[in-house]
Order: sequence, then structure tokens, then C-alpha cells
Amino acid sequence: MSYDVLVIGGGPAGLSAALNVRARGRSVLVVSNPLEENPLWRAEKVDNHLGMPDLSGAELLKYFRRHAEEAGAAFLEGKVLNTVRMDETWYVGIGSDMENARALVLAGGVARGKKYPGEEEFLGRGVSYCATCDGMLYRNRPVAVLGFSDTAKKEADFLSGIGCDVTYFDRPRSCTISGGKTVEQVTCDGETVRVDGVFLLRPTMAPTDLFPGLAVDKGYVTVDRKMATNLSGVFAAGDCTGGPLQVSKAVGEGLIAGQSAAAFAAELARKSQ
Amino acid sequence: MAIKHLKTAEFEAAVEAAPLAMVDFWASWCGPCKMLSPTVEALAEQYEGKVLVAKVNVDEEPELARAFGVMSIPTVVFLKNGREFDRKVGLMPAGAFTAVLDSNL
Repeated sequence: MSYDVLVIGGGPAGLSAALNVRARGRSVLVVSNPLEENPLWRAEKVDNHLGMPDLSGAELLKYFRRHAEEAGAAFLEGKVLNTVRMDETWYVGIGSDMENARALVLAGGVARGKKYPGEEEFLGRGVSYCATCDGMLYRNRPVAVLGFSDTAKKEADFLSGIGCDVTYFDRPRSCTISGGKTVEQVTCDGETVRVDGVFLLRPTMAPTDLFPGLAVDKGYVTVDRKMATNLSGVFAAGDCTGGPLQVSKAVGEGLIAGQSAAAFAAELARKSQ
Repeated sequence: MAIKHLKTAEFEAAVEAAPLAMVDFWASWCGPCKMLSPTVEALAEQYEGKVLVAKVNVDEEPELARAFGVMSIPTVVFLKNGREFDRKVGLMPAGAFTAVLDSNL
């Protein structure tokens, strides 16, 4: 199905963007991890979101989500792995599925953690970010899963289910991937296993990995006053654009990004008529 | 349509006969492959008569996928008379492929 706007990320910025796309009468799909995996979920108390004192992060997230749902936003649980624009449409790969939209709002939060030694070098030669995409190529072979979220465990189970011999590392601190032409082994926190594949399952992809050519400054997405990035039809909001990494700032930016994306989609729709 | 779907048996002869070939390794269950497909089809038309643009289904031709060490799809391999000289892994805009083709025509 095709949407006017697709929002990457279901935290305060993404939900605010979705609400405001709906307020402009446009269709919107929010693609996100489960709500409980949002870093805000674990905040005991958020005291500086105006007019809503004494609420926990989890309560805020639930209110935000319900508001966007009631406004008619559609939701899909999953992780966006790649994007490409063709003929004024953005195609978004979500696991092994695909959705498309006229405009995108990137609100995926901060990608925590640096890349491991060997990760970039062996990408596509044993290193993968998607179990459901590449798992079939590793049937009956040893693989390691480096899991950084609860959903990563499910993906590891999927790999076991199709016949991969899986070693699971739960939130390892330091890893090194090595081999010759392709991956041969991975060492995590002192433990070395011989594997043909390494699946790195982080909660969020770095913005520049999702969007080749995206302008960033010190790791944060560069945006203008309309929250537009340097890529046509791509807007960004929330923690991924920089600090302060706080709820009110994310909600405000999400509002602007949502309105800008809705206007962009409306203009494209008008032109194509 | 100028796109060739190659089987293991005919692969070697087909790419060796081509001065320049571009082979897209894909599978029906792969979302990014589906996203790349229209681009590859457009390139097949654009370079018709100059470049052999082919597709290999990794489920149907696992030997070929293994021979080329394909470990993530889509993988697009570029060959001159059957010898690989470049490859692109993952979803990319058309420009990434035309850059390789244009500088090797």
C-alpha cells in the first residue's frame, strides 16, 4: 500500500509527526520497534513536558501513541533497513517487506554505539543487518547474532528455525569480526566463535546507512527550519537532529516535520493529477 | 525486455561471451531485491546491445550464489568476459550502477 507520509520511528517525534500528518488529512504509516524498546520507556519521571508533570516515560509514550492511533495513523512493527527514491516515490525496506510513500519523516532517535572492527569491511560478505532477509543464505551453517534489543532474540529464533547453527550474544560490549575473503570468526567480550555469518541487530540504523548521501553534522542530521534534510521529500525530527534530547523538543520538531511532509506530499499529489 | 534470467548450466558461456555483464542475485522473499528490480529492468533497456544485464535467483541456483560468495542480497556483480571486476551489495540508486557501467563500456 502507498502512503502520503511514512514515519521512521515511533517515539515522541515520530508520533507527533504522524498526528500532524493526519491533522492535514493525509495518510501516514509509522514504522517502529515495540513501544517498550523506546529509551524513554525506562524514564521513571519526566518533569519538564509542559502541563503534564509527574508522568513516567512509559505513560507519556502510551498517551502519545493512543493519540496518534485515534487520529488514524497506521502502525507497523519492524525495522527500516534501507530506502531508495524512484520516480518521486520513496521505497522503504522493512525487514523483508517493502512500503512506499511520497514523503518520509526520519525520527529514529540516536543510533547508539560505534561500528565494530570488521563490520564495514565484511558487510555483504558475512555481515548482515537483517535475519529475515539474508538468513536463507546461511541454512545449515554457523552464524552469530549480536542482539541489542528484545526483538533481536526473535530474529535469532527465526534463524534457528530455518536451520542455522546460532550463537547468540546478548548486548555484547565489544566485538571484532575477522576473516579472509568472507567472515570466518567473531570475538565478543573475550569469547571467539567460528562462523560464516554475523547478524548485527541494533534497535536503530545510523541515518547515513539508511539514506546514502544524507547530510549530517557530527552524527546528527542537518535540517532547516522546516525540518527538511538535503534529500528531496525527507524530513527529520527528534533526537536524530541533535540535542537537547528531550520530549518537548522532539514533539515540537515532529509537529513541524509532519506538517512539512504533509505539504510536500500534497504538492506531489496535486502535480500528478 | 532485454533482461536475461540465467541458470547455472548456461551462466558461464553467457557471461564469457559478453564484453560487459551485470548480474543481479536475488530471491522472491527479499524485499530490497523487489525494490531494486525496476532499476535493473530499466538498466537492461538503457544498455541494450551494450551490456548483458542478467538476474540469478539464488533459491533456484544455489551453486552460482555459492560460487560467487553471495552472502547478502541483492548483490550485483559486474563482469568483463566472465571475470568479476566489481560488485555492489544492497539496495542502491541507479547512479551507483551506471557509474560502473559507463566507466567500463
